[in-house]
Amino acid sequence: MKKQQTGQSMDRVDGRLKVTGGARYFADHQPDGLLYAALVCSPVSSGTIKSVNATLALRAPGVVDVVSHLNAPRVPAYQESKPGAKDGLKIFKDDRIYSNGQPVAIVVANTLERAVYAASLVEVQYNQETHYTDMNASMDKAFQNSRMKDYVRGEAGAWEKAAVTHTAQYTIPLEVHNPMELAGIIAHWTTPDTLTLYAKTQGVKSVQETIQDLFKIPEQNITVHSQFVGGGFGMALRIWPLEVATILAAKKIRKPVKLVITRDQMFTLVGYRPNATQQLSIGATAEGKLTGITHEAVAITSPYEDFTEGIVAMSKFMYACPNVNTKYQLVPLNMSTPVWMRGPGEATGSFALESAIDELAHKLKMDPLQLRVINHADVDPEKNLPFSSKYLKEAYEIGAEKIGWTNRNPVPRSREEDGMLVGYGMSSGTFGAYRGKATVSATLKADGSLVLQSAASDIGPGTATAMVQIAADVTGIAPEKIKFMLGESSYPFAPEQGGSSTVSTVGSAVSDACKALQQQLATIAISNIPAFKTAAPETIIYEDGQLLTANRQEKISYEALLQQQQLPEVKVMTTSQGGPERKKYSMYSFSVHFAKVHVHPATGVVRIKHIVSVADAGTIVNAKTARSQMIGGVVGGIGMALTEEAILDHRFGRFVNNNFADYHVAVNADTPPTDVYFINKKDPYINPMGSKGMGEIALIGFAAAVANAVFNATGKRVRDLPITPDKVLETTA
Amino acid sequence: MNQFSYVRPANLKAAIDAVAKDKSARFIAGGTNLLDLMKSGVVTSEKLVDINRLPLKDIQLSEGALHIGALVLNSDLAAHDLVKTQHPLLSQALLAGASQQLRNMATVGGNMMQRTRCTYFYDTTMPCNKRAPNSGCGAIGGINRMHAIFGASDSCIAVHPSDMCVALAALDAMVLVTGPKGSRRIPFTDFHRLPGNTPQLDNNLGKGELITAVEIPSNHFTKNIYYLKVRDRASYAFALVSVAVALDIRDGVIHEARLAMGGVAHKPWRLPEAEKALAGKAPTAENFRIAAGIATQSAKAYKHNMFKPALALNSIQTALQKAASV
Repeated sequence: MKKQQTGQSMDRVDGRLKVTGGARYFADHQPDGLLYAALVCSPVSSGTIKSVNATLALRAPGVVDVVSHLNAPRVPAYQESKPGAKDGLKIFKDDRIYSNGQPVAIVVANTLERAVYAASLVEVQYNQETHYTDMNASMDKAFQNSRMKDYVRGEAGAWEKAAVTHTAQYTIPLEVHNPMELAGIIAHWTTPDTLTLYAKTQGVKSVQETIQDLFKIPEQNITVHSQFVGGGFGMALRIWPLEVATILAAKKIRKPVKLVITRDQMFTLVGYRPNATQQLSIGATAEGKLTGITHEAVAITSPYEDFTEGIVAMSKFMYACPNVNTKYQLVPLNMSTPVWMRGPGEATGSFALESAIDELAHKLKMDPLQLRVINHADVDPEKNLPFSSKYLKEAYEIGAEKIGWTNRNPVPRSREEDGMLVGYGMSSGTFGAYRGKATVSATLKADGSLVLQSAASDIGPGTATAMVQIAADVTGIAPEKIKFMLGESSYPFAPEQGGSSTVSTVGSAVSDACKALQQQLATIAISNIPAFKTAAPETIIYEDGQLLTANRQEKISYEALLQQQQLPEVKVMTTSQGGPERKKYSMYSFSVHFAKVHVHPATGVVRIKHIVSVADAGTIVNAKTARSQMIGGVVGGIGMALTEEAILDHRFGRFVNNNFADYHVAVNADTPPTDVYFINKKDPYINPMGSKGMGEIALIGFAAAVANAVFNATGKRVRDLPITPDKVLETTA
Repeated sequence: MNQFSYVRPANLKAAIDAVAKDKSARFIAGGTNLLDLMKSGVVTSEKLVDINRLPLKDIQLSEGALHIGALVLNSDLAAHDLVKTQHPLLSQALLAGASQQLRNMATVGGNMMQRTRCTYFYDTTMPCNKRAPNSGCGAIGGINRMHAIFGASDSCIAVHPSDMCVALAALDAMVLVTGPKGSRRIPFTDFHRLPGNTPQLDNNLGKGELITAVEIPSNHFTKNIYYLKVRDRASYAFALVSVAVALDIRDGVIHEARLAMGGVAHKPWRLPEAEKALAGKAPTAENFRIAAGIATQSAKAYKHNMFKPALALNSIQTALQKAASV
């Protein structure tokens, strides 16, 4: 047998293209006659547009058109929307302004510079109305929709009766995804009802579907190209008004139009992690057995959509606790709609839960790791089902050993190194291990090479590389002879790259398609090759790219089979999805994070010195890209813990730090040595590979590990992210 | 950004003429701040006068003083042997500033010419007395966590963002300028201005005047120096507060002390009273505490930067301690 590919640190199949500039991202495309667009965005946060005067802009050099609600082409779907329906912002439909930064016009010119300059010449008058952007000042508007029912297991509020209790409010600020690549699109109507798009998206098929719904044109008339995406973190999981605005401009002008938005527009046009306030209350016996958890969360949304995520999800099943109740409410503000941001919901919720566990442990005078272990949920207490696989306890042990947990002094502010206070903290994270439905075509060529196609996306984790490894193991074909093609809407269906599900969903379809291809080859052999004539199909052995009879006496390579039969290729298409196993088992990935921090006693500056993250994510398909993905999640977690916060001036409803100098994503100097470990044990039920998702758990829980470490170092508990020097100084021990 | 013309004069006189004679013309060197301002619509120059080819790139000793051409890159200056050996405080401060990429573009003169940093100045939809006189100060009643605690006025509470300038202020540098009326020397601490009622003016350069060099007089601050920058992330972030300390310690006594702060005022903030308090004293924690107290006495904070006086107090003591214990 050949070396197993799954689990190897195979280099990225597109690595060379990426580092040599050969990979073409959406904005790199240059269709003939391409025009350039710039947006005019509202500086008011609520009201109506009184007038749009484009005279000066239209006179500026190179300007082709200025499109607004006054002259935009009709969007058929807008007419179907019922008044008051919360079905999104209908760009250029009418004069209503819902939030600051909302696009009010798009200027198209023959160069980017001319479009940008002309956009500054468009004069827009507004009727300004009172706006609301401060959640704390708008709590009276809090509501629940049907997706966010209160949850009660056992008795609500039981924590209060416990021997040892803790209750506190935890807040996270608004965070912005800020991938390096800016959002935008190239739109080209090649006929009045045929549209070609070069998109930045985490799902080409969902773009196709959205546009089909909006413009009522057939699916096959919409072509979406998106082979390379320069980071998404969730912001590219849906079509935004900026893309529709470009498509409308292109429709009016009948030429290809490219829009790439600016960094400040990334704060208002492509979603964000909503700021949230959480009250986390928890009670335990004197021995540390949890008796009650109450988790109440409030987060913001836009006036025109209810964005919900799993903020309170983790509290329901993470620990074996008989009494749990949760409440989740939304406050609609004059803001654009939030969207999933890496570790959506759970990243927010875990900061509260995993900080509270640490606070409770301190009150119990118990090691927080020990508290977690004695309350470990052996079965899912929410669904009352066994876990398909769960190696959380092993992960705790590995993490504790690797960080040197025994060096942690349980008494806060008791250790110093080089004049810095030293602290250790830990936390856990979890996220659903999903498997969706996907279709993959597998084509074996006469030269023995295998081409796989599926409309999956790759926002950077190395999707095609993992798929090649999976296919290589099923078929025995050498990885260098396998090509996995993605990012084209013309390929068979795959869902968005989100929710840590691509390897599980698309990988399963790759596995199934490769198996189906082999069966097809066996059928051909049985029908045409004398030595195989009498073989029963189910007895055929597939090994190293060959078919073998059951007694291993006869064999033929796939390549030879096609050549002998003069077949240019053999192609199969297979749709794959999860089955009844998903009803019998509770499926989650788990992570644990350990952090060692230094805190400067005089300035409050926190520096993370060492990180150990351990993932229970089932079988690891590619050890190298998996490690990279974990490190990427941790770096996002460092930003969440220490630096990231989009700040609004509520008087104007505008962000005051909407640039990379003032909105602080973690930089290399913030990122200490990060050791990543994988349990790497197959989940027996989730999918053929036994792989659970990993993208989200890399970040989920991390911020709490840092907050807990800062407490251990200083005796100060910061419950309001990010943990900036001023908060450390001002918090009393 | 508006359309503009671009010229690259061959000599100093032509460059000065080009700016002196054109109301909206500006010099451009590295452009690391000017281009941002133009993209934001804060600056709408119709002519840029590129000075990058002028012969202002030398670093040399002249009569004991270190003469630094205005076009020397921040990265080159930080790495220069004469700077590292004779004025290591300047090297430390430079390396605390911006990012390597920015330091590779930014010049000494350009660093000094940076505008004060404030959201309300950069966002043309917001009120700002500096950008649009008499439109009001957005920061005073707004988000002012990064803002001044010293020397601010009712019209502006922005802070100068430079690290390099804090060290140059501490080192008593001189600024050499040439303009339509000839050349002059400006003490570094008089180069930048406090906002007063004219926050639109960040410095005392006249129209058409060009910084040609900075000179640092010889000193004894080669050992007991420290530049402390407290910031929200470990690199590429503006200072919450920064402290430049230079001590001349002889026989266990501080012969002379220099102290300046960044991130706290509209200009690099020298602390002369605290320096006086340290002169002739022993470098002890108690003396540092007293000096830091004197230095921060007059601090006035706003809603979101209430932490700054205490942080400044702690940071001065920390920096003094670090400098003394080298």
